Amino acid sequence: MDKIQIQNELKEIIKVYVPEKEILENLTLEHDLINDLKINSAHIVDIVLDVEEKYDIMIEDEAIMKMGTIGQAIEVINGKVQEK
Amino acid sequence: MSKFLEEIIASLPYRAPFLFVDELEEINNNGSKGYYQLKNDEYFYQGHFPNNPITPGVILIEIMAQIGLVCFGIYLSKKKIKNQETSFVPIFTSAKVDFLGPAFPSDKLKVTSEKIYFRFNKLKCIITCLNIKTNQVICKGEFSGMIIKKNHFGQP
Repeated sequence: MDKIQIQNELKEIIKVYVPEKEILENLTLEHDLINDLKINSAHIVDIVLDVEEKYDIMIEDEAIMKMGTIGQAIEVINGKVQEK
Repeated sequence: MSKFLEEIIASLPYRAPFLFVDELEEINNNGSKGYYQLKNDEYFYQGHFPNNPITPGVILIEIMAQIGLVCFGIYLSKKKIKNQETSFVPIFTSAKVDFLGPAFPSDKLKVTSEKIYFRFNKLKCIITCLNIKTNQVICKGEFSGMIIKKNHFGQP
């Protein structure tokens, strides 16, 4: 599984929680989930749970703090998937 | 009611006329159960509606959230941060409910909450409200919230 694939899958997962869907058309690795994509911070937990289910991984409290941007989220997911 | 359950109610930040928990029947890792007896002179009946008092849907949501999310959340959080004198600020993050029937003055409500998850300090539950007088489920839905320590909330 490569990072491009994770990026596409992550985009599908976060779609439900992004209030302004137009932003997703030009999504970059630098987009910040809360500040740029305007995701309600309480929904970050839901995204993490969706990600855990999708990839069958476990994300700890420390890891969620590192998932600020799309790029950082992909790194965390990729790291966990590699560990499996 | 056990002393332990009484303490949870005492640690709620709400007071009259906005405290909507009379009694907790049970709290464990999977959920909570509790009761609220609607009084004849609740303040909201003055306006909802004059001469035709019906419990507002938002109040039902509040009753369900206090028993099913906040009491339950305090229980789960207390287990995490033991021996700490902490004042909690409950933050309501979402509710998606169906209203299925009415509640009138003097009706007694039973609220039952079942945990969906408690992760990263966010608690999400399915909460059901039964009107004991009519034996009808009058509201059911998914609730979520977070409990944050007061000094983390940036209040003045």
